[in-house]
Amino acid sequence: MQRKRQAIRDHAAESNLFARRATIAFIIVVVVLGGVLRNLYSLQIEQFEDYQTRSNGNRIKVLPVAPNRGLIYDRNGVLLAENKPVFSLEIIPEEVDDLDAMLLELQQLIGITQEEIEDFHDSLKRQRRFKPVSLRTQLSEEDVARFSANKHLYGGARIEARLARHYPYGDALTHLLGYVARINKKDLQKIVEAGQEANYAASHYIGKLGIEKYHEEILHGSVGYQQVEVNNQGRIIRVLDVTPPVPGRDIVLNIDIELQLESQRILNQTRGAIVLSDTRTGGVLAMYSNPSYDPNLFVHGISRKNYAELLNSPDRPLINRATQGQYPPASTVKPHLGLLGLEEGIISVDDTISDRGRYQLPNVSHVWRDWKKIGHGEVNVAKAIEVSCDTFYYDLAYNLGIDKISDAMYAFGFGDYTGIDLYEESDANMPSRGWKRARFNQPWYVGDTIPVGIGQSYWTTTPIQLNHTINTLINRGERYIPQIIRGYRESDGSTSLIPLKTLQPVVINNPENLDIVLNAMHDVVSGSEGTARNAFAGSHYDSAGKTGTAQLVAVAQGEDYDAEKIDERHRDNAMYVGYAPFRNPEISVTVVLENVGGGSSNAAPVARQILDFYFKDRDQVYPVEGAIE
Amino acid sequence: MNQTLTPNKTSLLHRIHIDGWLLLGLLALMSVGLITLYSASGQDQGQMFRQLIRLGISFVAMFVVAQIPTGAYRRLSPYAYVTGLLMLIAVLFFGDMGKGAQRWLDLGVVRFQPSELMKLAVPMMVAWYISKYTLPPTTINVVIGFVLVAIPTVLIARQPDLGTSLLIASSGIFAIFLAGMRWRLIGVLAILGGAFLPIMWFFLMKDYQKQRVLTFMNPESDPLGAGYHIIQSKIAIGSGGMDGKGWLQGTQSQLEFLPERHTDFIFSVFSEEFGLRGVIVLLIIYLCIILRGLIIASRAQDAYSRLLAGSITLTFFVYVFVNMGMVSGILPVVGVPLPLVSYGGTSMVTLMAGFGVLMSIATQARLMSR
Repeated sequence: MQRKRQAIRDHAAESNLFARRATIAFIIVVVVLGGVLRNLYSLQIEQFEDYQTRSNGNRIKVLPVAPNRGLIYDRNGVLLAENKPVFSLEIIPEEVDDLDAMLLELQQLIGITQEEIEDFHDSLKRQRRFKPVSLRTQLSEEDVARFSANKHLYGGARIEARLARHYPYGDALTHLLGYVARINKKDLQKIVEAGQEANYAASHYIGKLGIEKYHEEILHGSVGYQQVEVNNQGRIIRVLDVTPPVPGRDIVLNIDIELQLESQRILNQTRGAIVLSDTRTGGVLAMYSNPSYDPNLFVHGISRKNYAELLNSPDRPLINRATQGQYPPASTVKPHLGLLGLEEGIISVDDTISDRGRYQLPNVSHVWRDWKKIGHGEVNVAKAIEVSCDTFYYDLAYNLGIDKISDAMYAFGFGDYTGIDLYEESDANMPSRGWKRARFNQPWYVGDTIPVGIGQSYWTTTPIQLNHTINTLINRGERYIPQIIRGYRESDGSTSLIPLKTLQPVVINNPENLDIVLNAMHDVVSGSEGTARNAFAGSHYDSAGKTGTAQLVAVAQGEDYDAEKIDERHRDNAMYVGYAPFRNPEISVTVVLENVGGGSSNAAPVARQILDFYFKDRDQVYPVEGAIE
Repeated sequence: MNQTLTPNKTSLLHRIHIDGWLLLGLLALMSVGLITLYSASGQDQGQMFRQLIRLGISFVAMFVVAQIPTGAYRRLSPYAYVTGLLMLIAVLFFGDMGKGAQRWLDLGVVRFQPSELMKLAVPMMVAWYISKYTLPPTTINVVIGFVLVAIPTVLIARQPDLGTSLLIASSGIFAIFLAGMRWRLIGVLAILGGAFLPIMWFFLMKDYQKQRVLTFMNPESDPLGAGYHIIQSKIAIGSGGMDGKGWLQGTQSQLEFLPERHTDFIFSVFSEEFGLRGVIVLLIIYLCIILRGLIIASRAQDAYSRLLAGSITLTFFVYVFVNMGMVSGILPVVGVPLPLVSYGGTSMVTLMAGFGVLMSIATQARLMSR
């Protein structure tokens, strides 16, 4: 039957039918492949740029390269903050044949601890096999030497050197230089707010305190880039292009490290601060706050325990006493107040009072006492500075009134930021009616004014602020912002200076008034009754100054101050402000010693020591020349 | 065959049952394939060597198959089909698992994929059945033909191997189409097929297959997961542009962003390195092979040979279309290699055996003609 059917098959018709179908099929093939080609044309020609960009995005990664941080020098070119290589031992897992065996050997060679090995294994899990994992981050020089000698035995392990900040003078400069530490979440937020993410993309450290923080922008530099080709694992295949980072600028400070170290040495165990500045520029020559601490601890992350110790210490080492310590200025402000009295015409140089050791307001029972129980007798404004007569200034303050005092002292810079290049600065307090109302919601009483005359009451100042006001007196009203930074260090070692910054000057109408005050300060040191005459007896330079003794607790009416009876922390602060040479001032000094007693017997000798050190290489440079005519 | 019947002008190639034009096309294709593979494998000598061995085996297979007269195939058809079907069922119960799919049958000496056998057995069977009767086929014969196609297709789809089941289904359907199945019936089946899609989606497809389809619809929805392959492949192709990045210079492939770059995605490597110009050349090679195959089919003496040759040729086209379509993002990723270019064994031997059948038809037919 099959054969029969086949016999009647029309082979030609079947062949034609197949040819038609095959033609249709071929047309469909061409159309479909044409569609494929159309799509490929769209990908390769029409969307070429898009896909090319995405292809490059796949393979090209831009790696930021951190700039080297600018170095910090003192005014004489001594390095205060450097970038020191820190060595770490790293292992690239995929390059090691037998990791466990190598770890065991390293354990013997450089004493890798079990803990370090555990940490290593932890980070090993999180890393790609071709990325280095650090085994020990801070190798000693001995470790480095030992490893280097046997390097060939440890394929896949290597020593990586990184630069880390180091402060060779340690705690001598902590409050001033500050330190850098690892960028934390808060820093990152600030960096983002400042639009600096890109610039910090590769940076691990940021200035956290002091100059390192204030001049972060200068010191940090600009990030560089490395354009690399990577594969799908992120492994770098080759470097395509490099834009080197711009290192931070090296800066020079006004600081003289010798003076700084001497200040530290002199303060020794005493809590307090010393500020030395160049009277002609306001530049800070030395600024030391005691006690201090080692800034290097913070660079690699301070331990919780060490930090808690610093934080909880009753001596409060974390505070920069020179700029943040708020102390009653006490008698050190008598020159300023005397000048104000003369300028305002409230007193003249000839006006005297008869000091009997006590001061009373009419119809008020309260008695304000002089530090000298029997009083100083007949004193004028100048004598009152020389002998530090309180009574004269009680009366002067009463006559000036709080408003005039407050305004004038504010103009000197009391109660305001000096603008020093540190973020750690307090404005302290110059009391006024408005301030008391805001602070205590109380009116200002006349009784409040009287102790303002001797720099007490609510009046506080910081050592840098006080130093600044003395410079203002010396500069006859011109005010220079105390700057720590002096300039930039150029490649040839020279310094390009940063211009001086000034503040609104204090207007002095009658220069003679200023001379009276300055001469009186000279008498403090060289006068027959000067409170600093003993301290400065026999100095080979001519200086001027003013002592101060700040009471921290009110002594009850009718009682005497007795250091023995009061708690050590409540004893008087000793203060001294001074400058030298008297006729051609170069340097001013401010000393604040906490809870040691009188300024004349404690602070003045400290000032003497540091000034002696400053003038040690000059014999009799500026002999005693007497008062300004 | 009687040598004396051969015309004098018949070439040496013809005498050993090789079609010169087809051979030229295949050699061109394999050359392109080897050049691309060298780049795609990351200049791996070992892979090149193994691929050369496979090509050699494939050529031997083609040559051997070409020597067998067409009549033998026709007689063999039902037995091959039934054997293949039994093996597929065996795979279902005893097969080895590989990559989450049950495709292999371990015959002790060799591991064997019965689905590869079916790539040839199904068109043979359909051609054998349909060509028994006068053409065009009756509706009932068409239905029976479809049943013959559907059984192995479903079995293979359940392994699951969507790519192969697709190829096998097409090979059978092409035979039916070429036999002259009526257009009205084609329309009806197209509608039925459309209705079958949801059934396939909900009852037949495995989750990973559905995922592939979903990813295909919107690859950017999962750029690091399932969509990664397609996105990286499109980037490779697109970034090749008109001229390509140059041989061994394709960053997507050399830096290993492209997955499966020496197997299913080798076309992306080719497109990246040789650009649209290269793609056009490759398409022309494929088109020539297909054209030659259809010409051979048209010149064949009997209906069985015509249907088989046409079906093998068009299935070859389906390989090309599905592979290019999936790597360039117009078809879902179903795991079909680029024929004779992709690295890989079994499918290449099957393909070349298929071309051996074509050559047998081409050369044997002329011997019988006049």
